[in-house]
Amino acid sequence: MSSLRQAIKRHGSFFLVPLWAGILCAPFTGIAAATRIALVLAAGVLLAAALRTGTITRLAHTLFSGSARMQGAGRRLVALLAAPPSAFLFLAALCVIPLFQNDYYRDVLTLTGMYVVLALGLNLVVGQAGLLNLGYVAFYAVGAYTYAISSTRFGLPFWPGMAAGAAVAALAALLIGLSTLKLRGDYFAIVTLGLGEITRIVLNNWDSVTGGPNGISRIPRPSLAGYVLKTPLDFYYLILLMVVITVFAMRRIIASRIGRAWIAIREDEVAAEAMGINTFKLKLLAFVIASALAGCVGVFFAAKMAFVSPESFTFFESVLILCMVVLGGMGSIPGIILGAVLLVMLPEIFRDFQDYRMIGFGIALVLMMIFRPQGLMGAGKRQ
Amino acid sequence: MLLLETKNLSKHFGGLKAVEAVDMRVERERIVSVIGPNGAGKTTFFNCVTGIYQPTQGTIRFQDRDVTGMAPHDITALGIARTFQNIRLFGGMTCRENVMIAAHCRTKAGVFGALARTSRVRNEERDMVYRAVDILRFVGLDEKQEGIAANLSYGDQRRLEIARALGTEPHLLLLDEPAAGMNPLETQLLMDLIRKIRDNGVAIILIEHDMKVVMGISDRVVVLDHGVKIAEGHPREIREDTAVIEAYLGKDHPHH
Ligand SMILES: Nc1ncnc2c1ncn2[C@@H]1O[C@H](COP(=O)(O)OP(=O)(O)O)[C@@H](O)[C@H]1O
Ligand SMILES: [Mg+2]
Repeated sequence: MSSLRQAIKRHGSFFLVPLWAGILCAPFTGIAAATRIALVLAAGVLLAAALRTGTITRLAHTLFSGSARMQGAGRRLVALLAAPPSAFLFLAALCVIPLFQNDYYRDVLTLTGMYVVLALGLNLVVGQAGLLNLGYVAFYAVGAYTYAISSTRFGLPFWPGMAAGAAVAALAALLIGLSTLKLRGDYFAIVTLGLGEITRIVLNNWDSVTGGPNGISRIPRPSLAGYVLKTPLDFYYLILLMVVITVFAMRRIIASRIGRAWIAIREDEVAAEAMGINTFKLKLLAFVIASALAGCVGVFFAAKMAFVSPESFTFFESVLILCMVVLGGMGSIPGIILGAVLLVMLPEIFRDFQDYRMIGFGIALVLMMIFRPQGLMGAGKRQ
Repeated sequence: MLLLETKNLSKHFGGLKAVEAVDMRVERERIVSVIGPNGAGKTTFFNCVTGIYQPTQGTIRFQDRDVTGMAPHDITALGIARTFQNIRLFGGMTCRENVMIAAHCRTKAGVFGALARTSRVRNEERDMVYRAVDILRFVGLDEKQEGIAANLSYGDQRRLEIARALGTEPHLLLLDEPAAGMNPLETQLLMDLIRKIRDNGVAIILIEHDMKVVMGISDRVVVLDHGVKIAEGHPREIREDTAVIEAYLGKDHPHH
C-alpha cells in the first residue's frame, strides 16, 4: 500500500478536481448530494492514480496475465470487428435491433449516428491534419440553415438540399481557410472559436432571413421515390446509411497518399513541407471536407426536426464533438465512434444529472489528458 | 554543368548577419562540402536554399531558374532535397511510410481517386511502395522497412533521413551533418553511401565537421565563418589556408 500512499502524495493536486466539482455542484444540489458527487469523483481519481503508479496494474497483471496482452486482445477485437464478415454482421445487427426498440431508443441511436459523422469529420481536421477547430458547429449550422431556408422559401427538395448544404458549408470553409490557414496553429483555433460565436449571433439577429431566436419551422421532410420519411425509424436508417458511407470514405482517404500527408503534417509540419507536401493546400482540403460533412449532418438535422433555431448550435456542441474525437483517440476511426457513442449514450443514461454534463466532460477531459493522452483507443506513438 | 548558383545570398536576423553575401556554385554530380565553426551560418544557408527562410538579399538560381522566395514544397518538387541537422523524421510512421511521404510531390491521386480506388490509383500506390523499398535497400535499411522510425538507432535514423530525401527524386541533395553521432564504422558506410548517391547523378552539398570525411569525399570545400565565405577551393588548398586555420583553431594556435 505504500506505493498507493506515494501516488496520493505525488498526484495530490488531482484531488482538487473532485473538490472543485463538489463546490461547484453544491449551490444546485445541496450539500449532501454535492458531497456524494465529490466522494465518487475522488474515488475515481484515486483509482486512476493507483492505476498509473502500478498498484492496480500489477493486480491486473496477475489477474489477466499482463495488461499488454489485454491491449493486444483489444486491438484484435477491433481488427475482428472491422473485418468484412463481422462488419457485415455488425451492420445487420444495427439494421435489425431498432425494430425491437421504442421510438425513444431509435431517436437516441439517430442522435448517436449524427455525432459519429460529425466527429469523424472533425477528426480529419484535429486528428489527421493536427489543427484545433473550436468552431466546428458553425458549419453544421450553415448546412442546417441552408436547407431550412432553401426548402421553406424556394421549395428545394431534400437531396439537392443536402448537396447545397454541403456545398455552402464547404465554400464557407474554403473562404475562411484561405485567409486563416496560413497563420500559426493557435490563431486558427482562436479564429474558429470566434467564427462559431459569430455564426450563432448572426443566426440570432438576422431575423428577416433566419427567423432570429424563433428559428425556422415547418421544414419539409425528405422523400425517397415517393415515400416521405417521417418516423424515427426512417431517420434512423437514413443516418445509418450516412454513417456507413462516412466510415467507408474516411477509411479510404486516410489510407491514401492524402491521408499519409495529413499525418506527416501533424507529426512535423516543417519536415512535411520540406519533403514536397503543400501543407497549406492539404490543411485546407481537410478543413473543407470536414465542413462539408458537417453541412450534410446539418441538413439531416433540419429535415429530421423540421425546425431549426440558434439554440442548437452553441459553443457547447463544438466542445462536445471535440471531446468525442479526443476521448476516443485522435485518428482512430473505431475510437472516435466509441467516443461519440459514450458521450451521447452516457448522458441519456444519467438523465437526472443533465445539468452537470459540462462539469463531467471537463473532468473526463482533464483525466484523459493526464492518464491517457492518446485517447481510449488511439495507438499514440506506435511501439 | 551548373546546377545551383547563389549570388550575394544574405540572411539577417535583426542585427545578426547569419549569412552574408555568399556566392556559391554547384555543378552536376559534384560533392561540395560546407565547413565552418558552430554558428557560422551553414544551416541557415540550407534553410535559404530550400525556401524555409526568405533570404534578406541575393538570388538563388537552380537549373537556370530563379527560385528565390519560392515555397519549400515547390523547391522540393523542382529537385532540391535535404536532411535536417536535428533529425526530423515522422517518428510514429514506419520507415517505408517515411519514404513514401517523400513521393507525395511525384504522385497525383486526389480525393475522388482515393475514394473510388481506381486501378490507376492502386497502381500508383503499389509503385510508391516498390520505390520506397528500393530506396531503403539502397541505403541499407530494407530489413527495417516495417520498423517505426522513432525506434531506430541514431545512425539508422540519419540514413532514413537520407532515404526520405532521395524519395523526392532530387537532382541536388543537401546533407546537414549526416555523420553527427555516428561511430567510425557507420561514418565509413555513410561516406560510401554519399559517393554512391553522387554516382547516381545527384549533386551533393554536405555540411560536416569530421575533417577526414570532408577531405576524403569533397570535390570542393567552402568555408563559412560568421556568415561570410572566407575560403573556397580543393580540399588540399583548404587544409593549408591560413584564414581557415585561424577561424577553426584561433589565431595563436600552432600548426599541426
Ligand atoms: N531562426 C533564427 N532566428 C534567429 N537567429 C537564428 C535563427 N536561425 C539561426 N540563427 C542564428 O544564426 C547564426 C547561424 O546559425 P546556424 O546557421 O544554425 O549555424 P551553423 O549551422 O553553421 O552552426 C547563429 O548565430 C544562430 O543563432
Ligand atoms: Mg547547423
